[in-house]
Amino acid sequence: MPYEGMIAETVAFHGHNSDIGEAYFARPLGAGPFPGVVLIHHMPGWDEWTKEQARKLAHHGYAAICPHLYFRDGPGSPDDIGARVRAAGGVPDAQVMGDAAGSQAFLRAQAYSSGRVAVMGFCSGGRHAFLAACTVPGFDALVDCWGGNVIVDDPKQLNDKRPAAPIDYADKLQCPIIGLFGNDDGNPTTDQVNRTDAVLKKLGKSYEFHRYDGVGHAFFNYERPGFKPEPMLEGWKKVFSFLNSHLGAAFAAAAE
Amino acid sequence: MCSYIVEKTALFGSAKGPNGWMRIDTACVYFDHPYHTPLDHALAIDFINEAEGGRERVAVELSAESARALVEKILAALATGEAAHAAPPAHHHGQQHDHHGHTARAATEIPA
Repeated sequence: MPYEGMIAETVAFHGHNSDIGEAYFARPLGAGPFPGVVLIHHMPGWDEWTKEQARKLAHHGYAAICPHLYFRDGPGSPDDIGARVRAAGGVPDAQVMGDAAGSQAFLRAQAYSSGRVAVMGFCSGGRHAFLAACTVPGFDALVDCWGGNVIVDDPKQLNDKRPAAPIDYADKLQCPIIGLFGNDDGNPTTDQVNRTDAVLKKLGKSYEFHRYDGVGHAFFNYERPGFKPEPMLEGWKKVFSFLNSHLGAAFAAAAE
Repeated sequence: MCSYIVEKTALFGSAKGPNGWMRIDTACVYFDHPYHTPLDHALAIDFINEAEGGRERVAVELSAESARALVEKILAALATGEAAHAAPPAHHHGQQHDHHGHTARAATEIPA
């Protein structure tokens, strides 16, 4: 049983346009080397639940950074800032990609980094993660947790901030992907997940999708009635198995 | 569903937030993942003063059923209240409402 310990704190990182923003950073104590994960929060914002997921990753041996994608609209509480960002139509994809690239660089700059970095996101963050794995060089694995709007059926949803559907960049996907989806989810729908599956298959990408009956959106989130303990436990096992395969084995202090 | 759909409406009024009363000029209304309410989706309203930057807000998150019931009650309160205020006052106690609803004292008693 390895020694357990972590540090989790707010750090500064250089994001899009070299803007300096805040991020939540959780990592195991020790010399490493530790693989890294850039964790993209969901649309409500940089909230407590998302930070807990960063600590879970650290508990399993990953250095996880969660950039506050809305830091430019602060200061303020994450929920108030999230409301302002929503009212303004969200954050531009290009800006999020710049923040993801800066977060990746932050991880690789640490002395204890193994040099391998995944990008992972929930909900709208799953969409951002998919886009980052296609358009930001350097990611070694992608974890898409129920990312909505990867496929855009209504062209009216495209605008200056979100000019293209992530699926249109799928040919540029540079790393293996794991996707977790509930078959009762409204965004993405089962049909959209089927179509994403078909595109990745046609392109010959390395991917694994895990789909759960009787499960809707955000089933990891215990604050919501859609929380499903068994699919959540199963899903995390799949995620850690995938990350260990593609980033190199992290120590697994709590896996037993 | 992580939509970016927000209905905005201009309004006149005040709301009480963490720093006391503030004038508000806008309501942002959306139905999406709530921040605090234990629901998958909630009807959220953010009352803000956009003219002053919109940095403070008074927020509510309601279930869809609650929101619909509230809409009915708002309309009902307006109907009964406006009817009561439109009636000729039995005793004139003070100022009439102006078009913004400003008043020092009500001219008539509002039925309970």
